[in-house]
Amino acid sequence: MMARIRKLIQKPGFDSLVASIAAIGIGLVFGLILLIVFNPGKSLYGFGQILFAGVSSTGKFSKVLYQAAPLIMTGLAVGFAFKTGLFNIGATGQYMLGTFFALYTGIVWQFPWWAALLAAMVGGAIWGAMPGLFKAFFNVNEVITSIMFNWIGLFAVNVLLANIPRVLADFYGASNPDRTANMAAANPAAIIPKWGLDQIFGSSYINISFFIAVIVAVIAYFVLNRTIFGYELKACGYNRNASIYAGINARRNIVLSMIIAGSFAGLGGGIYYLSGTAQYTIEKILPAMGFNGIPVALLATSNPLGIIFSALFVSYIQVGGEAMQPEYAKEIIDIIISVIIYLSAFSLLLKGVIRKQLKKLVRVEAITSSKGEVEP
Amino acid sequence: MSDYIIEMENITKEFPGVLANDHVTLQLRRGEVHALLGENGAGKSTLMSILFGLYQPDSGVIRKNGQVVQIHNPNDANDLQIGMVHQHFKLVEVFTVLENIFLGVEPVRLGVLKYQEARQRVLELSQKYGLSVEPDARIEDITVGMQQRVEILKMLYRDNEILIFDEPTAVLTPQEIRELMAIIRGLRDEGKSILFISHKLNEIMEVSDRCTVLRKGQCMGTVDIKDTTVEDLSRMMVGRPIQFKVEKGDLKPGAMVLEVENLVVPSKLHKNNAVKGVTFQVRAGEIVCLAGIEGNGQSELVYALTGIEKITSGSVRLQGHEITRASIRQRSQLGISHIPEDRHKYGLILDYNLADNLVLQRYWEPAFQHNGFIRQEQVRSYADTLISQYDIRAGQGSQTIARSMSGGNQQKAIIAREIDKNPELLVAIQPTRGLDVGAIEYIHAQLVAQRDAGKAVLLVSLELDEVMNVSDRILVLYEGEIVGEFAPRDTTVEQLGLYMAGARRSQQAGVSENQEKSGTARKGQHS
Ligand SMILES: Nc1ncnc2c1ncn2[C@@H]1O[C@H](COP(=O)(O)OP(=O)(O)OP(=O)(O)O)[C@@H](O)[C@H]1O
Ligand SMILES: [Mg+2]
Repeated sequence: MMARIRKLIQKPGFDSLVASIAAIGIGLVFGLILLIVFNPGKSLYGFGQILFAGVSSTGKFSKVLYQAAPLIMTGLAVGFAFKTGLFNIGATGQYMLGTFFALYTGIVWQFPWWAALLAAMVGGAIWGAMPGLFKAFFNVNEVITSIMFNWIGLFAVNVLLANIPRVLADFYGASNPDRTANMAAANPAAIIPKWGLDQIFGSSYINISFFIAVIVAVIAYFVLNRTIFGYELKACGYNRNASIYAGINARRNIVLSMIIAGSFAGLGGGIYYLSGTAQYTIEKILPAMGFNGIPVALLATSNPLGIIFSALFVSYIQVGGEAMQPEYAKEIIDIIISVIIYLSAFSLLLKGVIRKQLKKLVRVEAITSSKGEVEP
Repeated sequence: MSDYIIEMENITKEFPGVLANDHVTLQLRRGEVHALLGENGAGKSTLMSILFGLYQPDSGVIRKNGQVVQIHNPNDANDLQIGMVHQHFKLVEVFTVLENIFLGVEPVRLGVLKYQEARQRVLELSQKYGLSVEPDARIEDITVGMQQRVEILKMLYRDNEILIFDEPTAVLTPQEIRELMAIIRGLRDEGKSILFISHKLNEIMEVSDRCTVLRKGQCMGTVDIKDTTVEDLSRMMVGRPIQFKVEKGDLKPGAMVLEVENLVVPSKLHKNNAVKGVTFQVRAGEIVCLAGIEGNGQSELVYALTGIEKITSGSVRLQGHEITRASIRQRSQLGISHIPEDRHKYGLILDYNLADNLVLQRYWEPAFQHNGFIRQEQVRSYADTLISQYDIRAGQGSQTIARSMSGGNQQKAIIAREIDKNPELLVAIQPTRGLDVGAIEYIHAQLVAQRDAGKAVLLVSLELDEVMNVSDRILVLYEGEIVGEFAPRDTTVEQLGLYMAGARRSQQAGVSENQEKSGTARKGQHS
């Protein structure tokens, strides 16, 4: 028994898992403290909402899945690039471009949903390729380029959408000119199918996008860990010189990695805005979905399979936050939720400490158990 | 006051799968040079890293001047005046030499860096100890040898009392080693206490007062150098006598394998070319050695041959194929293997496990992949074969992360990978750097086996013993040109030294350009 636990603890990845869970715990504790600070009387109620609202009804649970899907995709956009040594802070811009491509092809060209999703991937890929190209050929740090491309992406998409009347809601008789059309009016075929899940869950939020995201995450995992393509990508990320020495085309791989990462984020945008329930609002702020990919990836230590779960966690907390609404102001909820998410991600820095503690535990147990064997 | 400035008592440190230090006791006397000897992976670096605060021991105590001290990190070590030159340097690649030296102890006045003062002090130290460095060059642009000197200066700059040298001589030229020995003696005479790790027994004999021997994590004892011999030490370390002379069959040069013509390679360090119109050939079945003091164009020449660096002009042919413009991968497929000089920069992906590193040059072959998917089982079993064949020691076998392996075992892994590729031409720079005597014996035997199997071997070495011992033909490189060509039995270490220092230059070097493809003239020299 002891031996089995010991083996489990020494398994690579186990410490990452424990660290992630501990990090979430730390984030939640801070969230509770903030709740008490802002409104002590309702703090337990609020905390209860954060912890349990996500599973309080099938409708809420649908919402968790609904928001988790694009988060998985932006998380993958950050995590995949990170595994190959690139810090893709541009998931937001790639997400924007994916959104635009999905809406444009879905509405103007009347693409069916799957084709519009592919178009979204292309859009994200183009936006991801830019920092990749700059990095590969001019050695410009991808962080700087991708931040710039976030803003370029936001304003380009806003300008484009504002000037294509057909994609806007008021073209279909709605009263708000600052948002894109309701897909049900513009092109029902572009709405991601629900395959009867809406009947089962009794919610219009649910569709197959969560499953699409999970499949993509699994594919990303296999590409990274089981293929020679992934071997090359990671080699470039870990040690560019050694990968060049091994005859790997490092430049090509940097660009490819960013293209793939970008297509993930782009797909995230497509998934969200082709759900039939979301309409893009033309605003001067970057959508949080892209940036939230960063804590999602951090929390999962960039492991694509872990990203599925960390995205679920982040989405779950967000749904819980919404449920605190009248008791807590929306802004305060945003602060609390962000604190929980980001603290969770950053307390992962404690991973080293946790690993040490685990090792100590193993040693103590080994000593006590071996003593046990000596005594008759 | 206690006799010992540092005492490490019953130090135990376990890593997954290995007991790196098993109740090791080491006592350093004030003002002595204390050598630490042991096979690759015996636990020398681990023990020193514990003293320097990089690792915490599982058990055991450290005393300074008889007082128990806790060393949690290198800052604690620095406060205790303990300094260390690491086996693999810890320098910031994009910083300059100067910035690296005063990093962490920047002299400031009102928050402003007193740059000139610091610079002055570094230049004085460098002058005083003959450690020549280019203060404003970036670390990534300078040679390994100079990086080493930067590390030593770093310690001297911090006025450390206890100096740890983890294999400082592995990259130095014989001349530089002599200088370093003098420096170390000088430091000892100034009252500093020195811990000195080396695999070179003659260095230990020359410079140290006492020597502690480790074997597989255990302390085999401490001996007084004046009462011991090289043979005693090597037996204590390995457990068997060592063969220092290489056994070789007769030279049977075969077909031309490598032909280099008027090769010119630019330098990254300065405006001049690093390699200035070099012409030479290597035949099947011979070991040609490029001798020279570090920084005379050897590295650039090798990078040009293997395709890592661009050339200005000239041509390279491999078995008659023009490969001047071939990619690295093409050259590798045509049969060039390369044991690189800097194993961490080029040779290994430190965050990959041993198995993944062992297939780094051939993961794309059908044996290891199918439709783009890695054949994990094959990779693993191939790695296991190499591990046992080349006696690579790693705590968790093929799944050990390369970063956690001892320096010598990392080198063995690279050598195994490159030789097992069964190349037509094996290019090796300093292949025995950091290896213990037993492993060197083995690597030399492997190089000779390649030669005897009719392969061409181009060896770049700074160590004249190795050059004389292993090679069939010696080319001396000085300032990017070949200034002399010798057969080892017709020359002496002293003569080579003169050519390497540029004091002499033979006419043959000029002649060889005209002889290019005339193999007959070349053969004449050997018969
Ligand atoms: N950080 C680490 N994690 C896991 N194992 C380690 C780590 N550092 C060292 N080891 C293992 O501990 C053993 C001792 O390593 P160490 O580097 O001390 O050897 P060494 O005597 O310095 O050898 P060399 O002469 O090759 O440098 C080796 O088996 C090595 O694989
Ligand atoms: Mg070592």
